[in-house]
Amino acid sequence: MTLLRALLITMLMLLPLRAAGEEVVAGLSQARVDITADFSGAEILIFGAVKRFAPAPTDERLGVIITVAGPPQTVTVRRKDQVAGIWVNAESRSIAEVPSFYAITSNGPLDTLLSPGADARYRISVPQFIPAGTDTTFGDALLRIRRDSGDYRVEPRGVRLDEDTLFRAAVALPANLTEGLYSTRIFLTRGGEVIDSHETMINVSMVGIERLTFNLAMQRPVIYGILCVVLAVVAGWGASAVFRMIRG
Amino acid sequence: MQIYLPVAEVSVNLFLLLGLGGVVGMLSGLFGVGGGFLITPFLFFIGIPPAVAVATGANQIVASSVSGVLAHLRRRSVDLRMGTVLLIGGLIGSGFGIWLFNLLTRLGQVELLVTLCYVVFLGIIGLLMLVEGIRALSRQRKGAPPKRRQRGWIHALPFKMKFRASGLYLSVIPPLVVGASVGVLAAIMGVGGGFIMVPAMIYLLNMPTKVVIGTSLFQIIFVTAFTTLMHAITNHTVDLFLALVLLLGGVVGAQLGSRIGVKLKAEQLRVLLALLVLSVCGKLALDLLLQPSELYSIAQGGH
Repeated sequence: MTLLRALLITMLMLLPLRAAGEEVVAGLSQARVDITADFSGAEILIFGAVKRFAPAPTDERLGVIITVAGPPQTVTVRRKDQVAGIWVNAESRSIAEVPSFYAITSNGPLDTLLSPGADARYRISVPQFIPAGTDTTFGDALLRIRRDSGDYRVEPRGVRLDEDTLFRAAVALPANLTEGLYSTRIFLTRGGEVIDSHETMINVSMVGIERLTFNLAMQRPVIYGILCVVLAVVAGWGASAVFRMIRG
Repeated sequence: MQIYLPVAEVSVNLFLLLGLGGVVGMLSGLFGVGGGFLITPFLFFIGIPPAVAVATGANQIVASSVSGVLAHLRRRSVDLRMGTVLLIGGLIGSGFGIWLFNLLTRLGQVELLVTLCYVVFLGIIGLLMLVEGIRALSRQRKGAPPKRRQRGWIHALPFKMKFRASGLYLSVIPPLVVGASVGVLAAIMGVGGGFIMVPAMIYLLNMPTKVVIGTSLFQIIFVTAFTTLMHAITNHTVDLFLALVLLLGGVVGAQLGSRIGVKLKAEQLRVLLALLVLSVCGKLALDLLLQPSELYSIAQGGH
């Protein structure tokens, strides 16, 4: 009896230690996304395994939650009101640190894998990651619009977990992608608590002629403007010359 | 096939853009209209940010006007002196338009300004074309009434100048004002403004019709070039990729249009074009008048 009790106590003491004994090892199909002229979105494959120093506990389910967040931006949210019969932008709020993109994918509904406390600590769910969304109507509107446009999404069945060890998930990045560093986080949970996490970055940037055009337009606007005008003049002149030739 | 527009930062279908440029080019070939007033609203409809649509629209008009003015220069149907006076007014107007555009961008009201301008001007042009088209269809051939030459207040204005190609001795104030109002429209709407300038030159300045088109094209080239440059410098909203694709479609479309135009009955088509212009106007007006399904919108940057 005493032996059994001692064993139970040891087990209970060991439990958190054993839980901490699970680590995530992960990789991405690509660490950078190039926006080329014919860019139409990209699919990032996130895969990995759970490294263990002891047999897996069987009483609580292993949760794998993956988040991908776009670069934080300051945005202005405006509301339209009816003024003299027409709908015009009236009130507005500036909201800082809003990611351009946020995807959460997991191997089950978030509330079954994650306790509210752990969610608040690690800022995983959409309202936790984008706190502006919880208190004001403008914040709610921001979340609603971005959710409807597919920029913020939650896929509770997106992660495939095999043998409680190997996992993989695909996150689709939209065609209208903003440049910047996309932070990818992977969380392992047991009983609602995060037992390990891993963070890595995906670099999204324009390349080639897109890069060149964008940089010129932003950094050398005078030269860029002149270039646009000159190209238009040449194109107009060329078109008229070509068609005069065709007509004879 | 998708094409990613680096300045607009959106990905759109390449063939849709080529087709848009082509159709509008064809209309301009058929009817001799610039087409800027159709391209810009259609760019709104396919999701290009309005500021980019307006600035890029202006850039595209530079090309089509160069194409057009060359033929007029060969025929010597450009009044360079009148064109220069209109141009000086145009630059002043465009500068003011850009200032207004940027001010309203900061206030978050630029979309309203652009849409309102389009509703008003498309409405006016559409109605005028419809009336004219229907009149032409019903063949009211009673012999055109002789145009009453407006004498009076315009000729009482000071700072007179001789415009030999137009055969006019006129104060520079009216052409400066006409040029300036067209310049404002170019900056705000991304159009050439021929639809305002041509009637004003004929009815207000009494210019002979043979030099009107060439002279207005001459002015439009420089004013839209200046507008493009100013939008590029102050707003970074000119998308070169978008302009080139539209251009390519537009050039081919315009040539096709001018050939088809020879074989078709222009009066019926004119009524169709008027209906098209009015329906674009109606769509924009409804967006302003009906309660939008989403009252909120997101713009980048704080304020």
